[in-house]
Formats: sequence, C-alpha cells, structure tokens
Amino acid sequence: MKILVAVKRVVDHKVNVRVKADETGIETANVKMAINPFCEIAIEQAVRFKEQGSVDEVVLVCIGPKEADVQLRAGLAFGADRAILIRTDEEVQSLDVAKILHKIVQEELPDVVLLGKQAIDTDNNQTGQMLAALTNMPQGTFASNIVFSVPNTVKVTREVDGGLVTLALSLPAVITVDLRLNIPRYASLPNIMKAKRKVITMTSPVSLGVSLSPRLTTLKVESPPVRQAGVKVADVAELVDKLQL
Amino acid sequence: MAILIVADHDNHTLQAATFSVLTAASEIAKHIRDTELHLLIIGDECQSVVAMAQGITGLSKILVSDHQIHQYPLAENIAPLIFSLVQEQGHCNDENRVFDKVEYSHIITSAGTTGKDYQPRVAALLDVAQISDIISVESADTFKRPIYAGKAIATVQSSDAIKVLTVRSSAFTAASLTTELLAIESQVPVVALAAQADSGKSAFIKAELTQSSRPELTTAKIVISGGRGMQNADNFELLYTLADQLNAAVGASRAAVDAGFVANDLQIGQTGKIVAPELYIAVGISGAIQHVAGITGSKVIVAINNDPDAPIFDVADYCLVADLFEVLPELIAVLKVKD
Ligand SMILES: Cc1cc2nc3c(=O)[nH]c(=O)nc-3n(C[C@H](O)[C@H](O)[C@H](O)COP(=O)(O)OP(=O)(O)OC[C@H]3O[C@@H](n4cnc5c(N)ncnc54)[C@H](O)[C@@H]3O)c2cc1C
Repeated sequence: MKILVAVKRVVDHKVNVRVKADETGIETANVKMAINPFCEIAIEQAVRFKEQGSVDEVVLVCIGPKEADVQLRAGLAFGADRAILIRTDEEVQSLDVAKILHKIVQEELPDVVLLGKQAIDTDNNQTGQMLAALTNMPQGTFASNIVFSVPNTVKVTREVDGGLVTLALSLPAVITVDLRLNIPRYASLPNIMKAKRKVITMTSPVSLGVSLSPRLTTLKVESPPVRQAGVKVADVAELVDKLQL
Repeated sequence: MAILIVADHDNHTLQAATFSVLTAASEIAKHIRDTELHLLIIGDECQSVVAMAQGITGLSKILVSDHQIHQYPLAENIAPLIFSLVQEQGHCNDENRVFDKVEYSHIITSAGTTGKDYQPRVAALLDVAQISDIISVESADTFKRPIYAGKAIATVQSSDAIKVLTVRSSAFTAASLTTELLAIESQVPVVALAAQADSGKSAFIKAELTQSSRPELTTAKIVISGGRGMQNADNFELLYTLADQLNAAVGASRAAVDAGFVANDLQIGQTGKIVAPELYIAVGISGAIQHVAGITGSKVIVAINNDPDAPIFDVADYCLVADLFEVLPELIAVLKVKD
C-alpha cells in the first residue's frame, strides 16, 4: 500500500504575523517558515502506518518555492521515503492545488492521500475535499482516528460539531487529519542525516499540464479591530457587580 | 437568478446557523437585481424541517431531497446532488410538470463541520473556487474572511460565475421566522427532488455525539471555558455547576481537550468552534492566538488566571488575577445566595 502526503509550507504557527502597512498582505519577509502543523500530523500518521507494516511507501508532495525543500527534508527525516516538489513562486489557490495533486495522484496511484484538514495561513479547509471530488474518491475529513480494514476499506473517525462520527470509505480515499490524530515526533539525528540522501523529484505545474488560474483576488488585508484593554477587578464580588450577574 | 441556501438540520429541526446564513444570503441578494432565495433541505424523513422552513419569509422555493441515503450527510452523496441542481440550472416540479429555469449565482451554507465537508467538493465539481468562513458581504462577489487565525481579515473578490460560500454564522444575526411557523397554507412552494443513487464509496458506521442539556456552544448567550489550568476532568465539575447557574454553555481550550478533560466538540478556536456570546468567561486559559481566534466576537470577555502576564488579559474586558480554585467555589456560592 502506498500513501501520498500533501505538505504545505506556511509561516510558523508561533510567529506573531503582521499585516503589511499598505494592506496588501501579510509580512512574510524574514519570517520563520515551517510545515503546516496539520500536514506534519499527516506525515507522522503515514510514517506510523509504515512502521506498523500496513504501508509500504510514503511519498510527500509539496507545491511551493524551491525553499520548500527544507520542509520536505524535515518530512523525509520523519521516515517518509521520497518527495516531489512542484516548484512555483506563484500563489496557488486551493482549486489549483487540488488540480496539481490530481495529476500526481494519476502518476503515483496511491491507496490513500493524507492531507492536513486546513492550512494555518489561509484557514481555507478545502484542498482535500476538492481533490476527492476531482479524483472521484471518498473523503474522510477532520480525522482523529484511521483504521484499515478488509476488504479494501478504511474506517475514519471524524471530529464533527456534535462529537465524533465514524465512516467506512472504500480505497483509494482522501483523508484530512485533525490535531488529535497524533503528536508528531522530533526527527532523530541519524534520520535527519538519512533524509539528506533521499530523493526529491522536482517538477512544475506547467510540466504537469496545469496552468494556474486563480479565481479569487485579494483586494485588501487588514488587521482585525483591536479590543480595548480591559480593567482589573480585585475579587469575585467586584466581578459579579461589574457583570451584574 | 437565485441563491441556493443549503439548510443545516438534524432531520427534525432547522439549526440556528441556517438563520444566520439566511441573513447573509439576503445581504447578497440586495446587490443583485431580481434574485430569489431557495432553500435546499437534504435529509431523511425530514418533513418537520420542511414545515418549519415554510415559515421563513423571503424564501421563494424550498427544494427537498428526502431520501434514505441522506440519513447521515455524506459529501459523496450531497455534492453530486447540489452539482446536478446547479448544472441543470433548473428542475422539474413533478406535480404540475412545470420546468423552472433557474440560474444559481451563489451556493451558501454555514461553516459547520458538515458544510466544510461538502462545499469544497461541490465547488471542485463545478470548477469554481470556494470561499470559506465569510464574516461580511461587501457585494455580490466580494466578501471578508479571517485568515491567519483571525490575525488578519482579507477582502476577496471572486471571478467565478457561481460563488460557493460557507458562512461564519456568529458574524451574522439570525433571520427570524414568521409567526406562522408550521403554517400549512404557507406560500413557499415545496419541490421534491428525484431520488438519487448512493455513491457506494462511503458509509456511515456510527456517531458518538455528546449529550448535553446545556445550551449549544455556538448559540449560547454565556459561555464558560476551561483550559489546562483546570488540571483534570473532575475539576470541570466546577465549571458545569457554574454553567448551570448561569444557563451557560461550557467550552474548552485545545489543551484541555488534548489532556482528555473534555470531549473534542467543546474546543473553541481557530480549528474548533467560533463563539460570539454576550459573555465569555475564560478560566485557566492562557490566551494563545489559536484560542483567541474563536472568541473575539464575544461582547464581554472575562479572564480568570493566576498569571498576571497571561495574554488572555490583553483581550479581556474584565481581568481577575487569582487562583481559579479559589474563585470558582466563591463565584458558585455568591450566585447560589443570589438565586
Ligand atoms: C495548528 C494549531 C491549531 C490550534 N488550534 C487551537 C484551537 O482551535 N483552540 C485552542 O484553544 N487551541 C488551539 N491550539 C493550541 C494553542 O496553541 C494552545 O496550546 C492552547 O490554546 C493552550 O491551551 P490553554 O490555554 O488551556 O493551556 P496553557 O497555555 O497551558 O494555559 C494554561 C493557563 O492556565 C493558567 N493557570 C494554571 N493554573 C491556574 C490556576 N490554579 N488558577 C488560574 N489560572 C491557572 C496558567 O497561568 C496558564 O495561563 C492550536 C495549536 C496549533 C499549533
């Protein structure tokens, strides 16, 4: 069995992002970049399946600038086998990401595509579902548990508004992961060294036959309204009084 | 032209989120000449939902797909249904054999876990973008939405003919029902859609839903949340007691969920639920940006934390620097006396 894991390069979640003064976007110059935390969980899960013997090969795929090889190496150091970098310096919107991943799926024929449920920059939560539509695969979104079962089925427990729901999906399937699925490992030094020798294949949207066609234009990016600084209350009595409880 | 609103419901009642989506849809309609609002109800044995929807003013039509395959909402079945509805740009009204020509400009639903599941799938089938979590309508094609956990608000314009949207329901006030709720003589015509085959690709196995007699988190007037500072699940009893005194819902930070103090559906934040109550009380929560992303719509925020430097105090209106294990029993006692 083969798992394809999509990996997005984003501003590190610990960075306190700032809106550019001209309101055209977010300040990203000299900002620390990292693997989207949800994608990291997806990589971890794929590698765990491999370690348990239920999966033979884990392939990472990233769409981004050439610097994204740093994130791919980090993912390879978890234990993934090889990686594909689809190089572009353009902004790639969810539908185009899904179209590019669709091409990779056609080449690689994975049994499962694992993605993060959302990227923490755009907070879109769309790509996995779009890929499922394009590939006509079933989808298990917001997964907190994944169990393979016979025949050719995967059981996915999803975190939904009311609690948890479990679905059975026929393979091949698209699964997007939630935070609770696992806690990603820290790669060991030997594995980081090993990852240096693993193969990262480079390609581009054009070579895959996808011409990017962004449908959304960002007219403005502004800071949210700031909340006024509050007041200190001395004790419970004052709090109850202020809130008129 | 028409706007297609997809209803949130549990086969019995329409959920509050749909009334906020109706408000967003009406705001879009204001920017379009001659448009109608159509409500799509997808479910199984959902007659009572249809009856309730007939009490909504402003709707021109209710489309119903009442079928066993929709007992549980599966994206693999819902997306093709919506796609065919929009693709055909019309549908047959069985009873009087009228073929209505409709052009849908927008497909809109709430950004709950169901809408987030199928809307991107619908958009990809239509080969259009999807816009998630809109918090305001600027025009028929331009919307505002939070990005980077709400640290920035983007204004985005769509060039697609059909806009597929999810709405952050807490950002729009709920439309109201007419007094003729369940009115049999309602003017809103109901169109039954033809049955459709199951995709055969996914199947519902089981649901483990949280049972609670307390108000629903996303619509409650008061929300009390606990974080890692609560230390364990047992201590959450303090919050439950307080919540019952105030008729409040109970929420939690991701850390409290991860530590197993409470169920995952209580999580508030960037990747959990978005709340906008009159009063939000954060107890033993540090105020990480990912948590704050889910609470900034609250009218009044109270923070109880023993660390005077906790970032939650930067967004709170009332700050109580104290040990929660002293504050909570005291608060419960005071409210008991007042009761
Ligand atoms: C991609 C991503 C997404 C995330 N999404 C979310 C999300 O949606 N929602 C969310 O909440 N988090 C989310 N997180 C996690 C978030 O970053 C924080 O780790 C989390 O919110 C911290 O929870 P906490 O405030 O309960 O815990 P802590 O940060 O550990 O804070 C505990 C607080 O309790 C206080 N305290 C301790 N004891 C007492 C006492 N006796 N009396 C009073 N105060 C006390 C402490 O001073 C401290 O401020 C996400 C993280 C990532 C990386």
